[in-house]
Amino acid sequence: MPVRATVRRSFYQDSVVLMGVALELRALPGVREAAALMGTPANHELLASAGLATPETNEAAPEDLVLAVDVETAAAGDAAFAAARAFFEEHRRARESTGRVLPRTLDSALRQLPDANLATISVPGAYAKLEALTALRRGLHVFLFSDNVPLEDEIELKQLAVRRRLLCMGPDCGTAYINGIGLGFANVVPRGRVGCVAASGTGLQAVAARLAARGEGVSHGIGVGGRDLSVEVGGAMTLLALEALADDASTDAIVIISKPPAPEVLSRIEAAVGAIRKPVILCALGATGRPGAPGTWVSTLEDAADAAVAIVRGHALAPRAFGDPAAVRDRLAALASPPGSRRGGLLGLFTGGTLAHEARLILEPWLGPVASNVGGPAAGAHRILDLGADEFTRGRPHPMIDVSARDARVREAGASPEVGVILVDLVLGRAAHPDPARSLAAAIRDARAAAERAGRSLVAIGSVVGTESDPQGLAGQVAALEAAGAIVLPSSAQAARAAALALRPELAPAMLGGER
Amino acid sequence: MSLTSLLGQPLRVVNVGLELFARELEADSVVVVHVDWRPPSGSPSVAALLARLDDAS
Amino acid sequence: MVNVAAANREALDRLCRARPAWTGVGLAREALGLAGRTLLHAGPPISWQQMCWPMRGAVRAAIMFEGWARSAEDADALAAAGEVTFAPCHSRGAVGPMAGIISPGTPVLVVEDRVNGTSAFSFIADGPWGHQLRFGAHGPETLAGLAWIRDVAAPAFQTVLEREGPIDLASLMAQALAMGDELHMRNAAATGLLARRLAAPLVAAVASTKDLEAILRFVARDNDQFFLAWSMCAAKAATRSIEGLEGSTVVSAMARNGVLFGIRVAGTGDRWFIGSASVVEGLYFPGFRASDANRDTGDSAIMETYGLGGMAMAVSPAVHKIVGAKSFADALATTQEMAEICVGANPLFPIAPLGDQGTPTGIDIRKVVRTGIVPKINTAIAHASAPRMIGAGIATPPLEPFVDALVAFGERYPG
Repeated sequence: MPVRATVRRSFYQDSVVLMGVALELRALPGVREAAALMGTPANHELLASAGLATPETNEAAPEDLVLAVDVETAAAGDAAFAAARAFFEEHRRARESTGRVLPRTLDSALRQLPDANLATISVPGAYAKLEALTALRRGLHVFLFSDNVPLEDEIELKQLAVRRRLLCMGPDCGTAYINGIGLGFANVVPRGRVGCVAASGTGLQAVAARLAARGEGVSHGIGVGGRDLSVEVGGAMTLLALEALADDASTDAIVIISKPPAPEVLSRIEAAVGAIRKPVILCALGATGRPGAPGTWVSTLEDAADAAVAIVRGHALAPRAFGDPAAVRDRLAALASPPGSRRGGLLGLFTGGTLAHEARLILEPWLGPVASNVGGPAAGAHRILDLGADEFTRGRPHPMIDVSARDARVREAGASPEVGVILVDLVLGRAAHPDPARSLAAAIRDARAAAERAGRSLVAIGSVVGTESDPQGLAGQVAALEAAGAIVLPSSAQAARAAALALRPELAPAMLGGER
Repeated sequence: MSLTSLLGQPLRVVNVGLELFARELEADSVVVVHVDWRPPSGSPSVAALLARLDDAS
Repeated sequence: MVNVAAANREALDRLCRARPAWTGVGLAREALGLAGRTLLHAGPPISWQQMCWPMRGAVRAAIMFEGWARSAEDADALAAAGEVTFAPCHSRGAVGPMAGIISPGTPVLVVEDRVNGTSAFSFIADGPWGHQLRFGAHGPETLAGLAWIRDVAAPAFQTVLEREGPIDLASLMAQALAMGDELHMRNAAATGLLARRLAAPLVAAVASTKDLEAILRFVARDNDQFFLAWSMCAAKAATRSIEGLEGSTVVSAMARNGVLFGIRVAGTGDRWFIGSASVVEGLYFPGFRASDANRDTGDSAIMETYGLGGMAMAVSPAVHKIVGAKSFADALATTQEMAEICVGANPLFPIAPLGDQGTPTGIDIRKVVRTGIVPKINTAIAHASAPRMIGAGIATPPLEPFVDALVAFGERYPG
């Protein structure tokens, strides 16, 4: 039975809703594969590569819904389409039961909420500028989750925001905290006295979760988007956010989380930091402060949070490679490969781009070049993939919501002699998948079993960004991964170091010696 | 409106895009109005034209 | 730099302050300056060759009524030979329901809006019920009906207006709206109010009892939609106030001719933006079905352009059933959806179920393009090959003309 497809004209649904539909259809008997996507150019490519494109789907416009299924029988196809119709009908009824007519534009929403002060925007990147401009022009601060936004659009938006003295958090801002309330992907953390400026959503999540683990909290976490510190954007929002936190009475210390800024931007940031009469911690992953530079420079997200804790409590910071070196040694010893066996390389599968970048920075000094889609060579024995990068998210939900792509790659790794260690992150919190450990644990189990059948051993090492207050619950998620045989470390940095040790046990004296 | 209109002030949010984010904010007792957004008609250049011809431009 | 917001506020203000009044009747030849063998038709420009059956039927009727030909066949030949000039009603400040054919000898209403200084025209009516030119009828009853209107009814109306002065349509329409008319597919209350207004003056103006009875039957009995021509004239007079308003993205006309749907936008003047006329979704009289229907036709979408008809669905529990809306909640939702694409609301026409919020007014092409919501048009459905109405429903016009208009607007007002 070939592919069957139907196009529903002018029927826009957001990608999270459509993911739910596709999942439901795939679970039906006789359905081998199912796609529920809007007819964007990127999704047409996805349909084609999945073998689900038909002449009819090719005609679909971005506002048209495409349902395509690979089914065993015509009846299974009909049943799938009927199930999809029922799903949308149910979704519509659930909305109508609220008794409200939803506004269709921001202007219309503002008539309902005239004193709104923030717009959270997560439309496809091609339309993000229009919506964000509209919001800024009406005096709203903006949290812009959308990715795939052209750089020139970002520059225009931020220039306008600076003129109006409004925060434009993003584009590509995954996480923010305002008054302790999380926006986007956010862990449930206590409100506290540490303010953050973050060019990375997961970086901010990692710091906020670590602060929570240490008994501190976040006042505000202002996201700025990954390109803010580029020459072109010039740190526009970082500078404005620093100003806001410097004046904020609830903030005692400030943490800046970013990749290395462009040199001319760095000097502007340094000048701003030097003028602030609050302690500032800089975590520009891959850069170290020049001698005499203002602020406290740290090299990992974990250290950034720990430094903030130390400063607000008036303690000294003493970074260590592992929280519990003895435990790491014992766990790795138990996993030692049989003598003479050839161990493959590292495969890092990350949902957090900054966690991927940080892992690469930690691993390269020990392992040599690590290939990745976030810098470094394109191919090599050791590879790290940021599954949240634009090329993986066009037209589909972020891998923190749609975990299927990562789980599939973990399973593939089980069949690959090239892979000896899998390194993963798991990011919990609001808006993320409700139980990501469950399917990841199953994939790890399958992969390890497959490797074992082939006479290889596959080590899985991970870390979980989360808190006990998150909807998923940190301890349960860690336990699920551990039960699948994964080694779970308390931070992504520690997990990366453990991965290096697993690949090169001879590094143990250097790494487990205590100080790094 | 300026920087002081957000930090330390009660959040009042208009959500444009993923409905999930509106629901998460509601769960935090934040006042939020969700916009039933659809992509504008025509080519992406029409979106640029709409931005140029916007009321407050 | 064009200030669209200011221009659109001005457009809304003009639409809201319009107070159209019926000031006279006359022949199109004089009132519209319609000379030679020229016929006006509904909708955007169209040639004889492209016209649908109802419009061709109405053209035959007009040609025979004018005496340019004696038979339908000769009328066809004359039109096919290019001996008749066709132009949209809208090009002369006029509007015509359904086929909307107006010839030089057609008696027309004159409606003026003295606040904005505009006027508009439409035919008074077009033959007795069942033989209406607007649906393409061109038999002897139709021709006789047109002559009777010209020779008996129109002069009587003129006498009444001369003695009584202009009849205020704005307040009459507001009153009818409160009585459940949305003034496009339902004009029952308005027709009754007009008949009440005319009754005593007609008794005074018409000497022959036989003529008086016929005129009162014509106005008050045959047809609940009698007032539609007045509604449309009032809406046209009001919307003419924004024609050519520089920098405004508000729609100044929407019209269909059974083949094409077209819009004009205030800031782009008299240029038409065209798409295909839609298939009307609706309810059919017994014995008819969708396959019998002509595509959407008529200038009556001027009602929606003015903020009535489909825009005002929430005022009219009776109409939502006629046009096939599932429930009154649907009708309310339709009006609320229409508000998403309008500049504002007209306080002249309060909607009680929506807390006396005015009807959504001033369709903004920017909002149409941005939301993908197109104006909903309440409409009668014409038979595609016989002279009669076969149902009523909601036409959803194509989006493309709105997108094209926005692009043209952008070119006319470069940044």
